Amino acid sequence: MEDDNAEDMEVEVLSSMWPEDIDAAGKKFNLEKPGADQDLLEDVTFIEEPTIVDFQRLLELTNYSEKGSSQLSYLVKNWEWKQENAVRLLREELENLSKQQHEVELKKLEILEEHRFEDDSYGGDKRPISILDEVYEIIPDVPKRRNDVIYQDQRLEIDGEDDTDTVKYWKQRALNLEKLLELSVNREQILLEKLEESIEKLEKQSSPVEELSQILKRADNFLHFVLQNAPVVIGHQDKDLRYRFIYNHFPSLGEEDIIGKTDVEIFKGGGVKESQDFKREVLEKGIPGKREITFETELFGAKTFLIYVEPVFSKEGETIGVNYMGMEITDQVRRREKMAKLREEIAVQKARETELNKTIHITEETMRAKQMLATMSHEIRSPLSGVVSMAEILSTTKLDKDQKQLLSVMLSSGDLVLQLINDILDLSKVESGVMKLEATKFRPREVIKHVLQTAAASLKKMLILEGNVADDVPIEVIGDVLRIRQILTNLISNAVKFTHEGKVKINLYIIPDPCSESQQKSEFDMEESESHERVVWIRCDVEDSGIGIPETALPSLFKKYMQAGADTARKYGGTGLGLAICKQLVELMGGSLTVSSKEHCGSTFTFVLPHKIPHACESSDETDDFKDMDDNTSTEDDENCGFFQFKPRTLGSLFSSNGSGRAHGLTGTELNFEKSNSENNYSTKYDSFDHDHPFHDPCIQKNRPLNPDAQRIHSNGNSGGISGNVHEKTKSLRPKILLVEDHVVNVMVAKRMMRQLNQDMDVVNNGVEAVRAFQRCDYGLILMDVCMPVMDGLQATRLIRSYEKTGNWDEARLAGVELSGDHIPKEQRRRIPIIAMTANAMSENAEECFANGMDSFITKPVTLQNLKQCLEQYLP
Amino acid sequence: MDAITQLQRQFVEYTTSLYREGYLDDQFTQLQKLQDESNPDFVVEVVTLFFEDSEKLLNNLATALQQENIDYKQVDAHVHQFKGSSSSIGAQRVKNVCVVFRNYCDEKNLDGCVLCLQQAKNEYILIRNKLEALFNLEQQILQAGGSVPMMA
Repeated sequence: MEDDNAEDMEVEVLSSMWPEDIDAAGKKFNLEKPGADQDLLEDVTFIEEPTIVDFQRLLELTNYSEKGSSQLSYLVKNWEWKQENAVRLLREELENLSKQQHEVELKKLEILEEHRFEDDSYGGDKRPISILDEVYEIIPDVPKRRNDVIYQDQRLEIDGEDDTDTVKYWKQRALNLEKLLELSVNREQILLEKLEESIEKLEKQSSPVEELSQILKRADNFLHFVLQNAPVVIGHQDKDLRYRFIYNHFPSLGEEDIIGKTDVEIFKGGGVKESQDFKREVLEKGIPGKREITFETELFGAKTFLIYVEPVFSKEGETIGVNYMGMEITDQVRRREKMAKLREEIAVQKARETELNKTIHITEETMRAKQMLATMSHEIRSPLSGVVSMAEILSTTKLDKDQKQLLSVMLSSGDLVLQLINDILDLSKVESGVMKLEATKFRPREVIKHVLQTAAASLKKMLILEGNVADDVPIEVIGDVLRIRQILTNLISNAVKFTHEGKVKINLYIIPDPCSESQQKSEFDMEESESHERVVWIRCDVEDSGIGIPETALPSLFKKYMQAGADTARKYGGTGLGLAICKQLVELMGGSLTVSSKEHCGSTFTFVLPHKIPHACESSDETDDFKDMDDNTSTEDDENCGFFQFKPRTLGSLFSSNGSGRAHGLTGTELNFEKSNSENNYSTKYDSFDHDHPFHDPCIQKNRPLNPDAQRIHSNGNSGGISGNVHEKTKSLRPKILLVEDHVVNVMVAKRMMRQLNQDMDVVNNGVEAVRAFQRCDYGLILMDVCMPVMDGLQATRLIRSYEKTGNWDEARLAGVELSGDHIPKEQRRRIPIIAMTANAMSENAEECFANGMDSFITKPVTLQNLKQCLEQYLP
Repeated sequence: MDAITQLQRQFVEYTTSLYREGYLDDQFTQLQKLQDESNPDFVVEVVTLFFEDSEKLLNNLATALQQENIDYKQVDAHVHQFKGSSSSIGAQRVKNVCVVFRNYCDEKNLDGCVLCLQQAKNEYILIRNKLEALFNLEQQILQAGGSVPMMA
């Protein structure tokens, strides 16, 4: 509702039905609105103009139409009743008079008796005088019958016999009588006058017709008075619909323009025909009706009239015409339409609002569902991470080889479940296109082995798990190893689930680019020019000798929540989500996942993925300078071995691999354990005075005990589970971490996290100190804050890189870093990984880090997870 | 026993409310996870350190912003530190104010900086009170012989 509607509600000034600017000729009557001080009755005298009457027709109407005659008879009856009333009044008067007369006569008799002698001279013909003449005047219109004309007969009789009594008496008497006579004559005179007057009046008395017409005129005047300014047109049309009478017609039209013409003849434009038809309809049906008609005429523009038409019947019951009354309701209609429009708009608005509310509701629901999913996964993750951390702690205790083995499987399974939970969440990410893939270096053989090992650990059937990696598969490729592991694990567990005896095998081999040959050739040319960007397509078959899949079930196999048969789920369990995730992940990585199966013989799931091969020299560098010294034997085993076989534990040997030489773990572990205890004690002390002296000369702590967990992480990354590293060798080169961070709180948190990860860490507060520390000690990894006082992380990194390149500290000295002279010469030093710690994870920032020689960065605030990942990746 | 349960429930509710109202974020959970028997007061220690550091920084900032010629670089460095330490303990709202604060520093907008300093102070006092209350609760639970519930 708009505000102006409120104004609309107010009573508007009623404008005239007809326009006010009509030329003077047409302005035949007063159109002005009635003013406050205007004498309304004065208007009444003017108002005979707007009527145009065909009098003859009117006469006919009153004479012949039923209504006319009834009206006439009503008027006559009314007149008669009035007359009767007058007669009644007169009669009453007469009665009254005769009563008075009677009284007067009685009185006279009394008098006569008193004066007996005079009695004879007074005749009984003395008539009483009406004293009520005045009363008569009250009803002057009523004709009076004055037959009781009063006259006085004064007979002067002289009784001679009685005269003789006394002369004086008679004289007296004569005088008296004379006076009486005089009075009587006077009275007679007055009465005569009155009589004449009465007669005159009687003559003047109006006839009933005159009286009637006067009444009519008065009614007419009243009607004019009422209707004059009303937006109403009243008319009568005969049975040919020709106007015979119209009141309040359009001012510019003259009598000759209207009378005797039909609507159509008078007006042109929209609505005229309609009104004429409507009138005709009424005429024909004989039933009165109302209709709203919008006219669009040249004469008075667009106006809407509410028209009432009633038929007029003759005495015989025939229709002889119609009475027609039109009221202009243009403004009302306009307002009504506006209201309707508003109402419609409101309805639309409301509908839209409901729609919006619904959408909001749905969005809220979705949000809640997402929230719920996140909460749920969080809920699952938390206890699981509890289990895994317990296992991690357990792995640091004294265990025998079998326990160690079991625990390592437990850990990797736990990790995998955690990973899976994340990945199920990722499924929705893939679907919405948010999923990002990581590109990291990994060793396919290790992955296969680890996956099989994990599967074997939980194996409860007499199955042989086999892995076969072809020789041409590169030792290292680049891809998203977590996803690939996830796919493999899924497929393997599926295969194991549906296989009751025999083998489950993974075959890995190189295939030519599945895209067209020519394309491959051109790509090959390119590859030769930039050899580090080589792409290989690796095909992986997961083959089982299980129950197989019926052909009919194949098409729906990769659909979400679908399983081969209705009873499959009951029999084998599972969510039916696994294959869908696999397929989506494979396709996301640019490959394809297919299946072939023969019922009761087994199934083969095949996926083909493109992999980049890392830069050749890079890997050779690493093997050259460090790895050779470190765990050459084990990695060589892993790298070259292409065949693994696992049998269920019950079969005796835990697993057999053609790689050997894994017997040296135990002593190392024991050694580690003892020392880790002492380290704990040490660290507590170290922490306690650390607040005051955040910077420690790292050299003081050079003889720190060996860290067992570093071994675990290390071995996990390399050989997957069984620690097969030569600890004696790592001891001297034990990885140590340098944290360069100026902020006490951050230092404390990071240190604590490192403790949790069982890592040793030195802390310095700025870039200069970092350079010094680096010069003095041998670290495996530097965690470098970027923003620091004195010297920031970027410059420190540059200086360190410069040293690594040139073998001297010239640049550092140039930058004003005071260095002690007795630095340890670091021959054959490998490039130390420097990880930036940055608060803003913006990409430009990252680029700056890389440009200054940093290897990676982790965003602040640092989490245990981030730190752990970072160590796993960079700590050799 | 009942008293302990009640205290524990209160503790859980209070902690949840701190997360819900955005005073704390996951980083605080991280801290709690880092605490164990070998280091039972780790969270309190870190947070106390944070308090000391924050007060120093807020004083420095107040002084820096009262100078005739304001060294915005200096101010920014302080704010950066404040942001770092607050994000390290998961004091999310303090951190958020710092982000805005740094923008004002970039613009060299003194009014904005002063406003932000006030906000940062307020947020700091708020989180300090909240955390102190939390530690009090923890203390009470421990004194009553109960164990502090893990907030996963």
